[in-house]
Amino acid sequence: MIRAIVLAALLALGVSTPSWALSVFACEPEWAALASEIGGPKVTTYTATTALQDPHQIQARPSLIARARAADIAVCTGSELETGWLPQILIQSANKKIAPGAPGNFEATRFVALLERPARLDRAEGDIHAGGNPHIQSDPRVMIPVGKAMAERFAQIDPANAALYRSRYAAFAVKWQAALVRWQARAAPLRGQPIAVQHKTWIYLETWLGLKRVVALEPKPGVPASSGYLAQVLGLLQKTPVKMVIRSAYEDGRSSTFVSERAHIPAVVLPYTIGGTPGAKDLYSLYDDTLTRLLEALTK
Amino acid sequence: MNRAIATLRVCGIAAALGSAALPAHAAEPDVAAIRQEIAAMRADYETRIATLEARVAAAEAAAAATSAPSPAEPGQAVDEPVELAEDTLDEPPATSAPAPANALNPGTSVVLNGNYFASSRDPSMARMPGFALGDETGPPSRGFSLAESEVTLAANVDPSLYASLTVAFDGQGEAGVEEAYIQTTALPGGLTLKGGRFFSGVGYLNERHGHNWSFIDMPLPYRAMLGNQYGDDGVQVRWLSPTALFLEFGGEWFRGDSFPAGNGADRGAGVQTAFVHTGGDIDDSSSWLAAASYIHTRADARETQDPLLGTDLFSGDSDLTILSAVYKWAPGGNSVQRNLMLSGEYFLGTESGLFNGLALDRDNTGWYVQGVYQFRPRWSVGLRYAALDAGEVGPLLAGSTLDDLGVGARAATALLEYDSSEFGRFRLQYTRDESDLRANDALLFQYTVTYGPHGAHRY
Repeated sequence: MIRAIVLAALLALGVSTPSWALSVFACEPEWAALASEIGGPKVTTYTATTALQDPHQIQARPSLIARARAADIAVCTGSELETGWLPQILIQSANKKIAPGAPGNFEATRFVALLERPARLDRAEGDIHAGGNPHIQSDPRVMIPVGKAMAERFAQIDPANAALYRSRYAAFAVKWQAALVRWQARAAPLRGQPIAVQHKTWIYLETWLGLKRVVALEPKPGVPASSGYLAQVLGLLQKTPVKMVIRSAYEDGRSSTFVSERAHIPAVVLPYTIGGTPGAKDLYSLYDDTLTRLLEALTK
Repeated sequence: MNRAIATLRVCGIAAALGSAALPAHAAEPDVAAIRQEIAAMRADYETRIATLEARVAAAEAAAAATSAPSPAEPGQAVDEPVELAEDTLDEPPATSAPAPANALNPGTSVVLNGNYFASSRDPSMARMPGFALGDETGPPSRGFSLAESEVTLAANVDPSLYASLTVAFDGQGEAGVEEAYIQTTALPGGLTLKGGRFFSGVGYLNERHGHNWSFIDMPLPYRAMLGNQYGDDGVQVRWLSPTALFLEFGGEWFRGDSFPAGNGADRGAGVQTAFVHTGGDIDDSSSWLAAASYIHTRADARETQDPLLGTDLFSGDSDLTILSAVYKWAPGGNSVQRNLMLSGEYFLGTESGLFNGLALDRDNTGWYVQGVYQFRPRWSVGLRYAALDAGEVGPLLAGSTLDDLGVGARAATALLEYDSSEFGRFRLQYTRDESDLRANDALLFQYTVTYGPHGAHRY
């Protein structure tokens, strides 16, 4: 009886048992999914944000600090995406395994050539990222170099399972390549199509699919549009029509809806990451659903 | 470079295949693995080629766009294809470039504050009967004034130490070291040590810098019982337990120069604290933090100024227990559109010793509750109510600063806040202050801006 109570108390407190698996603290759902692809049964993942949260701006919550304390590796986007909360989590969790510079501090953007590096570093330009646009996961091709680097990092931290991580990555890469071919074929009608975006989140998606961004609904990144600015956008869209206006699931839809109604174009909500839409359930269906939504909008 | 490595790896695989003097049943899975690896490499290269193709396409588009410039569009409304192409073509900086001499300079951030203050009673005569107040806990002067300006220099010292210096300049330009501490970053077992001058981890608001307070000023119990916030010279140890529930324990030992301590009593080690923080998530939308803190301070001939009664001297002990609770909510955890923050703290203090040479032994209590609601992006409203209850002082100290004259200090505050961005904040705050014999109506407008690399904020 007493043992049962003690056990229940320990469980309630969530005392971590000696970990048989690599404990991954993933900043965003896509990296948690990729870590599971590569680590399989040898990793456990905890995801700090959901697809309905703006990953730039979440609170450095006590729960995140507690989870980071127990992590073997933090798998994040980097390029300042998490700069508003992650540094506080890292310092308060006092976990040197995941401190900046440690092998357990993994930033996906370090393994991809970033686009939209600002020519001028000045906050007058809005929410800019010195290293370049961090929203790389909208192009599924990045999963190959990031996955490869992740497998190597897992192997470095957990050498006992190095072979497993590498072979799982190799298997993933084969499957992913097949999926890329499939997606590229499906996406053919999207090539060259002009679009509007609510926030400059989508440069990697645009590059992948050959979409042409005509305008963003924010005058500067992170600066909400005034009605005057939206009127300018509408004027531009009369001269240069677009097929749709896209936004991510976590963004408020007001400016998209405003433009969509007046320019008579569909407003498309893209999942942005896993969980953003009911259809985006895992790494594969994330891109399936993204394409489905874009193609549907094209036929409207 | 990459190609060379790849070639080497292929050679390596070929060599492995060539020297396959292994039994067939062992070699088979190897071959499968090698096939997989080759397939992975192929996938990798195809991806890179696809990326390069996309870049070439973008470059061509850019060339086409620059050769046939489009007529100017209104404002910066438009993403010119040129700009897009430039972005697309941007390369990461060459790693071989020599680092400039200032590459290792610390992050420098600046906080500026300015006030406009109007009040029905003269702020220079503001008192709080029942409490001897520390410096700078009262309202600002009437009219326009520059509030504290802060410069923070912070950086990692080496792989195991972090350091931060915050210098605060008051409105008259007098500089003071607000914080200057070193902190460990690589201790095992969830331990963190800190030393130098810093704000104590007791309570919820104490550790926050002024620019990060929810209201322009501190609530009554912090003003009366901790001199706004307690910071001093000392050491701190924190330990974060390895549980899924956030559970942090901490303790501090300070010199004891700052209010409510004074003059470095007990040979410069007169203040001890202990605190425990816990917290977690209720669901995706809401989270909480709770804390219990204890601070023991000793004063040795501490001087405080009362605008009517002049200088007071206190020698003795002040003990304070603080219970804190914080709740935060945002729909789905996405605080960009709307969010709510509620917090409340209860203070229980005892003072014992000699006040102006007369025996003092009493209990004081104080509490506040506050809520700030962001109802649309950039706009927030807040409400706060705070109360203090000074204990009886007995006949000897009747009429002294510590006699509350029957006033139970109360203050109700309303706040309207507009943020031009994460870094620019404009606040209008109205307070109905009943902490003196006659009530005071005060209106305070303040701007707060931060610039330079600014650290993430605590919960």
